[in-house]
Amino acid sequence: MTTGREAPRKARPRAPGRGVPLALLAPALLGLAFLLVPLLALLLRAPWRDLPEQLTSPEVWEALRLSLLCATTATALSLVVGVPLAWLLARTDFPGRGLVRALVTLPLVLPPVVGGVALLLALGRNGVVGQWLDAWFGITLPFTTTGVVLAETFVAMPFLVISVEGTLRAADPRYEEAATTLGASRFTAFRRVTLPLIAPGIAAGAVLAWARALGEFGATITFAGNFPGRTQTMPLAVYLALQNDPAAAIALSLVLLAVSIAVLAGLRDRWMRTA
Amino acid sequence: MPKNPGTVPDAAEGLDAHLVVDRGSFRLDVALTAAPGDVVALLGPNGAGKTTALRALAGLAPLGAGHLRLDGVDLRRTPPESRPVGVVFQDYLLFPHLTALDNVAFGPRCRGAGKTEARAQAAEWLDRMGLAGHAGAKPRRLSGGQAQRVALARALATRPRLLLLDEPLAALDARTRLEVRAQLRRHLAAFEAVAVLVTHDPLDAMVLADRLVVVEQGRIVQEGAPSDIARHPRTEYIAQLVGLNLYRGQADGHTVLLDAGPAVSTTEDLSGPAFVAFPPGAVTLYRDRPTGSSARNLWRCEVAGLETHGDQIRAELTGGLALAADLTTVAAAELDLRPGATVWAAVKATQTHAYPA
Repeated sequence: MTTGREAPRKARPRAPGRGVPLALLAPALLGLAFLLVPLLALLLRAPWRDLPEQLTSPEVWEALRLSLLCATTATALSLVVGVPLAWLLARTDFPGRGLVRALVTLPLVLPPVVGGVALLLALGRNGVVGQWLDAWFGITLPFTTTGVVLAETFVAMPFLVISVEGTLRAADPRYEEAATTLGASRFTAFRRVTLPLIAPGIAAGAVLAWARALGEFGATITFAGNFPGRTQTMPLAVYLALQNDPAAAIALSLVLLAVSIAVLAGLRDRWMRTA
Repeated sequence: MPKNPGTVPDAAEGLDAHLVVDRGSFRLDVALTAAPGDVVALLGPNGAGKTTALRALAGLAPLGAGHLRLDGVDLRRTPPESRPVGVVFQDYLLFPHLTALDNVAFGPRCRGAGKTEARAQAAEWLDRMGLAGHAGAKPRRLSGGQAQRVALARALATRPRLLLLDEPLAALDARTRLEVRAQLRRHLAAFEAVAVLVTHDPLDAMVLADRLVVVEQGRIVQEGAPSDIARHPRTEYIAQLVGLNLYRGQADGHTVLLDAGPAVSTTEDLSGPAFVAFPPGAVTLYRDRPTGSSARNLWRCEVAGLETHGDQIRAELTGGLALAADLTTVAAAELDLRPGATVWAAVKATQTHAYPA
């Protein structure tokens, strides 16, 4: 789909004397190399011969299964509460909206470990909310699979909210008005008109959030610990493997890299065409 | 014209609105009444507040003051989704993810009809609009004229007591416009409740509406039957719209001394403040001062600009009197008209029309 548009760009002749200055070219190439060489190293040093064996070990599959399960659940959770939150930020005007928006985006820049500590203080056994969950319902969240999901949701949801909010702001609010004049309540207008219109933005945000959740390390290990089969996701497994079995670590990394590339390819083809 | 004249002022039926909307320094203050079956056009330049008036009627813009009654029911506190009001938006705003049929069925669905019933109603409306063959098409597959009719069907499918149309033909190209205008006229004539349309195109307004309300800068400057407004424009804007040269002055017998300076001889016998109007086609231009001309209205002018106007040339003149004159291309060539050239402009008294201001 993109080739038709890109073809003329390649064919466009360059004006004389409009070359790239060395002062920009050199650091640009250095930056490019810096980003690519590590990935290349991963591929070069991969134990290709032992790879099938590495990847079929139950530990790898356990970690991968847990990672996919938790990332997907965290994304679903982010969608359920994140899309309405994005709508609130984009379509309503309430005092302190700017502050709320800033707080929502805070986890984007917050070190994930800090997020993990904060989650412990909020939802831990003696946490602000956690003590009541424990006392009333007997629910303990830290160091459980649910804890992994919550930690991933905490760091991933802002990606979804920001993406959906941007799409909502770009979408024509008059469609909602048109729905209103036809007798739709604000919620019906959202459900039957706005939601289908912003579906691509929601999908893009969900993929971003999913990718972020899949790679989540700091908040997870702080809040949920590192128990194989229960809270040990792929990134944690990679880190642990690196200590005593580097080959396994590389194999696990390759799997994550493959997943990331697949996500990126999917994103580019569908939603990042205009970027 | 109201289909039941005489029932308008005190009857509960129809629209009785006084719309006051404040928007920063802009204030809209417009009173509108209409009986069922009336088609009222709000005509005015861009930024006059027409669309704001429409949004206030639909409940999309809050009413600052005034009142709004439809069929005797006060609508001020009624949220837009509960008002018996249908809107055809300027660019139609058909839901792009729904088929034409589902776009039209949207209203009936929201107002409580079941899916099958809503679709059946929608199919009927599309059929009435001559669009039965396009029921399954998404909006982007529809032509401008078809989209306009789907939008009309969608608004009518909720059986509104007030139909609002915002620049219903503005998004169409000239050829489609002609056709759609005629169709829209038929549909509006058949519509049994009140229709209010907003336009800046005088032709649309005159073809579609029984009554024109001219709005400038948030206020009504003139209202009446289209023919009446066309003959007796009261502002520069309307005069330009209907293609007349319009001047204001003081009448004394068969002469009107214009505020702009010169006097104009007219056939009407008036006194006091008056308007004088004449069409650009009534102006005759001469290269040299005519000697044998019987015209008593003669001014020495300078050509300020020339533009083609249909198959004619319209000359904008300044000097003795600022006016627009239409002449054929041949005449323009013979007169060697160019910007800056000096010409004599003559208008016969019988071609002018004077009326009290």
